[in-house]
Amino acid sequence: MSVDLSPVPDDRKPKKQVTTAERQIPGAFEGETVTRRRFMTGTVHTAGAIAAAAFTLPALGFAMGPVFERRPERWEAVGEVGDFPDDTYVPRTMTAVPGIGDVGKTTVYIRRYNAEIDSQPPDEFGQFIAISTRCMHLGCPVRFVEASARFICPCHGGVYDFEGKRTGGPPVRPLDRFYTRVRNGLLEVGPRFSVNSELKRFSPRDPGMPLDGIGQYLYPARQTERKLPGT
Amino acid sequence: MAKLTPPLPRPLRPKPKPPSEDGNGPTTPKEKVAEAGIGLVDWVDERTALSGGARWLMFRKIPKGTNWFYTLGSATLIAFLSQTVTGVFLAMYYDPSPTRAYDSVRHLTNDVFLGELVRGMHKWGSTVMVILVFLHMARTFFWGAYKYPRELNWVIGVVLLILTLFMSFTGYLLPFDQRSYWATIVGVAINGTGPLIGPYLNDFLRAGPEFGATTLARFYALHMLVLPGALIAMIGAHLYLVARQGTTAPPWMKADAKPELRQEAT
Repeated sequence: MSVDLSPVPDDRKPKKQVTTAERQIPGAFEGETVTRRRFMTGTVHTAGAIAAAAFTLPALGFAMGPVFERRPERWEAVGEVGDFPDDTYVPRTMTAVPGIGDVGKTTVYIRRYNAEIDSQPPDEFGQFIAISTRCMHLGCPVRFVEASARFICPCHGGVYDFEGKRTGGPPVRPLDRFYTRVRNGLLEVGPRFSVNSELKRFSPRDPGMPLDGIGQYLYPARQTERKLPGT
Repeated sequence: MAKLTPPLPRPLRPKPKPPSEDGNGPTTPKEKVAEAGIGLVDWVDERTALSGGARWLMFRKIPKGTNWFYTLGSATLIAFLSQTVTGVFLAMYYDPSPTRAYDSVRHLTNDVFLGELVRGMHKWGSTVMVILVFLHMARTFFWGAYKYPRELNWVIGVVLLILTLFMSFTGYLLPFDQRSYWATIVGVAINGTGPLIGPYLNDFLRAGPEFGATTLARFYALHMLVLPGALIAMIGAHLYLVARQGTTAPPWMKADAKPELRQEAT
């Protein structure tokens, strides 16, 4: 009497593959294990999946394309250097998105750098401060109120100080800014960037996305718009 | 005895009288028209067997105590159909380009015959539909009609609610006036506050980092092709489950005392 010493019981052992010949299927080939019916079913399913993917994936990519497309950098002259004082803002209209008429225009508040007010030392793009009117709560247009030297949002009561830092209301970070540079005595306004509460530059984010703490990781920079390299 | 004469050729045989002349068929013109109609329906039904499905859908048993609150779902469906029809015809005049959208809406409202009415129906109908969806949902909730075996239909209904709100969001931009533009800026910003994927969803919705040249066309395509397609498919599933499972009695109805009356009729 033989004793089974194998640790695996018989019914757990891998089953030997059954060939179609052993299953008495007519016309079976030598060593064939996949029945022709199963092979046919698999072929049809695969062909269907390939056909569906052949139009679905390109269509999806087509719709998703703009998410990966880098927007070209634009610079626009907004006036002569002497037009902009350092103790108040001058509003200027510039084109944020070309080719769609008035819809693509936006207002920018511009002034010269003022060492007594601005906490950040100026670099080549910071000789003039250009502040975006996009409120950092949900994107309504803010306006600069001369009397109180503050930016005020009409929608939900966001208030920003002269530097664009939040002083009241629901906004989550200071107002966005634009790069500025001087070319042939004309002030040019370039791409937008976002700032955290210390006015450190970040790649542009949408309204409602905080940049302090883990905010910059929760709301990552996108492919479509980046701050200028080295700033 | 075998036949002595061969049969007459087919064209020479005497024709049997049509049923109309044998004294049993329709005689008056009205009866003839009715007969033709029935014949047509029979012709289609013989080939499609649709009448069984129609009977299954239309002639259902409904519980005792069914009342006007049970019409809220049909009312929502009618609101959706109204939105579909008016929307299709608005699309004949609307131009989803950022420079011409506002003018095309103004033209179809002020100049086109009945344009104000059709656009008004679509505009106010959207609000009515959202209200009806919520009333319908409240009825289902307070009646307890979401319970077994109707949980899946509740889930489909929630999907329909979300799709309806997406329709409202994408449709709001299309008149392209100041209000719709800024409301969409705000709506997209709210959408973006979802962590990690919010920024990318925003880029997808706007087709770029800013409200751009194709944002309006994208919203238009979502509003009139993608979302209605999903809505129609989901409404089909919703109605199928309603017809299959039947409606529930109001919670205040007591079951019939006689056990033979409580038996499920099949």
